[in-house]
Amino acid sequence: MIYDVSIWALIIFITFVALVLGISFYFARKTKSASGYYAAGGKIHWGVNGVAFAGDYLSAASFLGICGMIAFSGYDGFLYSIGFLAGWVVALFIVAEPIKRFGKYTFTDAINAKFNSRSIKLTAAISTLIVSLFYLIPQMVGAGDLVVPLLGLPHWLGVLIVGAIVIIIVSTAGMTSTTYVQFIKGGLLILSSVILTASILINGINKKPYDKYHEFVSFNVIKEGDKYLVNDNDNIQILYVIEEGGKQYAKVLYDGYERYFQLLPKNENEFTLVEMLSIVNTPNGILYNGAPKAERKFYQVGHMHKVVSNGKEVDSTGALGIFSFFNKIDESEIVRFTKVTFQDGENKVNAWYQNITPGSSVLKPGLFYKLEGATIWQKLNFISLMLALLFGTSALPHVLIRYYTVPSQKDARKSTIVAIAVIGFFYILTLYIGLGAMINGVIDVESSNMSAPLLAKYFGIGLFSFITAVAFATILGTVAGLIVASSGAIAHDFIDNYLNQNLSEKAKVRAGRLAAFLVGVVAIILGILFKGMNVSFLVGLAFAIAASSNLPAILMILFWKKTTSNGISASIITGIVLSVGLILFSPSMYSQYGLNPADAPIPIDNPGIFSIPASFIVLIVVSLFTQKNKAKEFNGHD
Amino acid sequence: MLHGPAVKLGEDKASKKKASLGVKMFIFYFLLYASFTYVSITYPSLMGVKIIFGLNLAIVYGFSLILIAIILGWIYHIICSNYESKMNKEE
Repeated sequence: MIYDVSIWALIIFITFVALVLGISFYFARKTKSASGYYAAGGKIHWGVNGVAFAGDYLSAASFLGICGMIAFSGYDGFLYSIGFLAGWVVALFIVAEPIKRFGKYTFTDAINAKFNSRSIKLTAAISTLIVSLFYLIPQMVGAGDLVVPLLGLPHWLGVLIVGAIVIIIVSTAGMTSTTYVQFIKGGLLILSSVILTASILINGINKKPYDKYHEFVSFNVIKEGDKYLVNDNDNIQILYVIEEGGKQYAKVLYDGYERYFQLLPKNENEFTLVEMLSIVNTPNGILYNGAPKAERKFYQVGHMHKVVSNGKEVDSTGALGIFSFFNKIDESEIVRFTKVTFQDGENKVNAWYQNITPGSSVLKPGLFYKLEGATIWQKLNFISLMLALLFGTSALPHVLIRYYTVPSQKDARKSTIVAIAVIGFFYILTLYIGLGAMINGVIDVESSNMSAPLLAKYFGIGLFSFITAVAFATILGTVAGLIVASSGAIAHDFIDNYLNQNLSEKAKVRAGRLAAFLVGVVAIILGILFKGMNVSFLVGLAFAIAASSNLPAILMILFWKKTTSNGISASIITGIVLSVGLILFSPSMYSQYGLNPADAPIPIDNPGIFSIPASFIVLIVVSLFTQKNKAKEFNGHD
Repeated sequence: MLHGPAVKLGEDKASKKKASLGVKMFIFYFLLYASFTYVSITYPSLMGVKIIFGLNLAIVYGFSLILIAIILGWIYHIICSNYESKMNKEE
């Protein structure tokens, strides 16, 4: 996709980044101790911390990923909103207060508070690092996507810019600056989402999204013998027909360009030839709708097939209310663009056909996660996703460390409630924003992640500039938080505690900053490698790993007295190995490797349904077998 | 080297009662969430049935899960604060 670079967007963006860096440097001068670096000295107000929680949590996955997935797949994207919020219920009711009581700086401190075990120090540090890295990937992917329309830069350069800025922020300041950046960003994200939602409702639903929206064409075709002939139009000629996955596609010469159209049968000899979008990798370069990128033949898409209001077909509904928006979509029909991939000689074709979808199907689960007539594996995949979303939040190290930034358990609780209210409100808005993007001709089929910012652009360059800057700050803040958590795992848990280096306060901060730099570099590389994947989907995987490796340990320490340090370490390792292993052999990853997803040995994408119970079982079994060691552990220390 | 909390916390006599309340409220919410998942995979067409204000079950249930989480959070906080002020009075 080609975007026009906006000077206003650029100015607002640079101002924002300068503001964020300014805050970081201001607090950097105040950060002298390890407590200040990792836990903001435990002095952050609960209200600020609550909004900062929301800022941390409403990452690229929420704003870019969920809205994008809703724009592409309707209600199935909203499942992430429901699950991500439900995770906070576990955090509030089960984890928040005890973790606050146990911990010092990091997740490892919290689960090791009762044992002081070297194996827990090591395994928990590894788990923190892996979960944070998996969570970092989607943030970096989202950052890369964001700068493409904003600055007109390639994806990889966007990832590099975000990585560099965040490394500067984190390696100079730590948790205090991260908290205030998240607080400001969380507030602005809510404000901009409210404005965007109000704009969608005022705009209503229109048959044609905007004047310059591309008019998709179709032609009548007659089959005579082996030949397909287009009726009454000399401008288009069918070259040949390709069959793929039970559908027919025609290679055509249209307006002087070689394009791909979909061939829909009416009866045995009559067909309709319908325009598609295509990106074709040829030996001589990439063609967008048959032309080089610079010719701008590729369009933003997503429109209504029929707008129905009170049983009558109309061109426009006018302004709508919060319920009538859904009512009208439910009655109408939407054109979604569904991707197909096939080989045409030497050329690899990525094409998107017009998929007319009833609004009623868009407003219930089933477009992305197949549920009607689903196989057992498809059902397990859905349950697995819902399980990981529910149990993942309270096991995310960068969420857990925020509990250490407030002075008391009561403040930890109040922070969490503020976070739930802010995040819940935002998640309700995601359904409006995602559906707004789906029907207003703003979708970039190459990346679902850009749907919300591009919708903002539809409503005006001012709103686009503001929202892009906030989204960018969102990513900066979240990445900063994740890197603090990762650097804590390396410098505090591993070097200081596991290797017993007994570092001075200054050396601890220096080690943390060096670790932050290294993690940042790895995150940049992974962000470039995972380009093109939906960030919510990627975050769902991070949740599955966190829920599998960390949550059993947290819950069993709190609720089962026979839990031993060996049991915890074994459970963490089991959770990591099983969840990461299942992900690496899943259909989505096969697709990412360039292999056929159907060949993946594991038929589901979400590993939680296997890895979470396995981790619990291993913890229980190993703990029961190591009860004698537990007695020794406590005798030794007490 | 054992690690204590980042800030010194006083004894909380209400912690057991708060933990028990938290577990009960979590189980209640978990049942709502599990029912949503169960209906989605077992009776997917039911999710399209209109419930109220012309909205289908999927939207009403989804929004309710979010709103109930917020409401339960406030109720939990009020009850916990009540426990704390009663049981930790002498401190």
